[in-house]
Amino acid sequence: MSFKVNKTIAEINEKIRRGRVVVVTAEEMIGVVEKEGPVEAARKIDVVTTGTFAPMCSSGVFLNVGHSAPKIKASRAWINKVPAYGGIAAVDFFLGATEPSEDDPLNKLHPGQFRYGGGHVIQDLVNGKKVHVYMEGYGTDCYPAKTVDKDLDLDAMPNAILCNPRNVYQNYNCAVNLTEKTIYTYMGVLRPRGGNATYCSAGQLSPLLNDPYYLTTGLGTKIFLGGGVGFVTWCGTQHNPYVPRGENGVVKEGAGTLMLTGNLKEMSPRWLVGVSMLGYGCSLAVGVGVPIPILNEQMARFTAVRDDQIFTQIVDYGYDYPTAISRSHGEVSYGELKSGSINFDGREIPATPLSSYSRALEIAETLREWITSGRFTLGEAQKLFPGHELV
Amino acid sequence: MMKRIYVLHFNQNNYDKPIVYNLIKNFDLVVNILRAVILPRKESYLVLELEGDEKLLDKGLSFLKKGGVRAEPIRQSVHRNEDICTSCGACTAICPTGALHIERPSMAVLFTPEKCSACGLCVNVCPPRAMEVNF
Repeated sequence: MSFKVNKTIAEINEKIRRGRVVVVTAEEMIGVVEKEGPVEAARKIDVVTTGTFAPMCSSGVFLNVGHSAPKIKASRAWINKVPAYGGIAAVDFFLGATEPSEDDPLNKLHPGQFRYGGGHVIQDLVNGKKVHVYMEGYGTDCYPAKTVDKDLDLDAMPNAILCNPRNVYQNYNCAVNLTEKTIYTYMGVLRPRGGNATYCSAGQLSPLLNDPYYLTTGLGTKIFLGGGVGFVTWCGTQHNPYVPRGENGVVKEGAGTLMLTGNLKEMSPRWLVGVSMLGYGCSLAVGVGVPIPILNEQMARFTAVRDDQIFTQIVDYGYDYPTAISRSHGEVSYGELKSGSINFDGREIPATPLSSYSRALEIAETLREWITSGRFTLGEAQKLFPGHELV
Repeated sequence: MMKRIYVLHFNQNNYDKPIVYNLIKNFDLVVNILRAVILPRKESYLVLELEGDEKLLDKGLSFLKKGGVRAEPIRQSVHRNEDICTSCGACTAICPTGALHIERPSMAVLFTPEKCSACGLCVNVCPPRAMEVNF
């Protein structure tokens, strides 16, 4: 495909270094393209910043807690009573965001509260709090200790790497409950007989809704992650670009995902927040912002997408979802969802978000400031993910 | 005319007194009981919406005070910790009075204590647990 505007990431990075780069948020880009058209917008704008802030269950951290004397090859570990996976090297662990505290009553008294879990440990760590680490090993000649107890904070840990196997879902279901009872799900509390709807996307600000074919977001793309700088390190688990799309290329259901990695020590408790979903479990709300270089008019057009041009499917979480029945009960736009009510089954029902649009906007604005001030240059994707060939 | 929501705290000496009857009969107040936990010989509370003439409302509150009933405006009993709230909006799905609501188009999640009935549903529904109800 040939374009009227052709820029490279190297050229944009040179503009960043010279302080001449022009950056707008994905929200602002809508007006720019409406006024100037995609070609002129692509000439004027170098980067569009996106943002999203929502619970992202497939998140976690690799921790190395260092050795004490005598040494231990820990096969099991608990951090603030939350089990971490120890089947790696001697004092390396992976702590998942959704792991509840070992003494949590779970759903024994339904709906369970899930007050503390892996996501909360991660937030405590970035908040500078000391955590209690308990490790068990079976004892070897080189690692004789069988148990080790220690209290340490993030600074005292040799390494802490946030590694989220699936973040930034490109789009997400709008949830309803068509059963006769209130249900407690990862999509929030859903009243019976389709009494309310919930959704979880930043819509027009969301990273992969602005780069629908993953043309600039690939392995090595540098991003805002948890308040620090992170990278896209692969496509995420369940990445599936082969779903129905609108004429604008925007997916109409889940689709693409990203795997993200970054140094936890550079992150902030404002952008990594431990959350408890009533009756479901614990998780971590993650703040992510992806810069999209406007290399040509095609990217200008993609990044000008509006809420009323992005659609998702209404899915029943009472019966269909738990029983793996893939069925849509209608299509709805984010414009309608964000108005506060949707038309479902011939009546108006309230629609509420789980994803913070105001925080998503704050991320997009922060990233814009990072780039215009010259402290953040763009990372060029070293490999594009499945779906880029669909254009 | 004034309309306000109060949390009335009772103790073992006054939990069985006809408080609501007196508020209506003697002070001409419109009373709407939003929530009540009355436990014999223990601390109890009543969430009341009181509507009436401002002077009579104040007199009614004085009557409560004399009777040993502590009346706190709802604002003092329900609190949103702004450092914890992420403005996600999950609470707005469950709030029955619209005290927690979304401002559009900014999508900021607002809390209006005057509309709150202190039902407490938001406390456990809030993912980062920013809502506090103290009574």
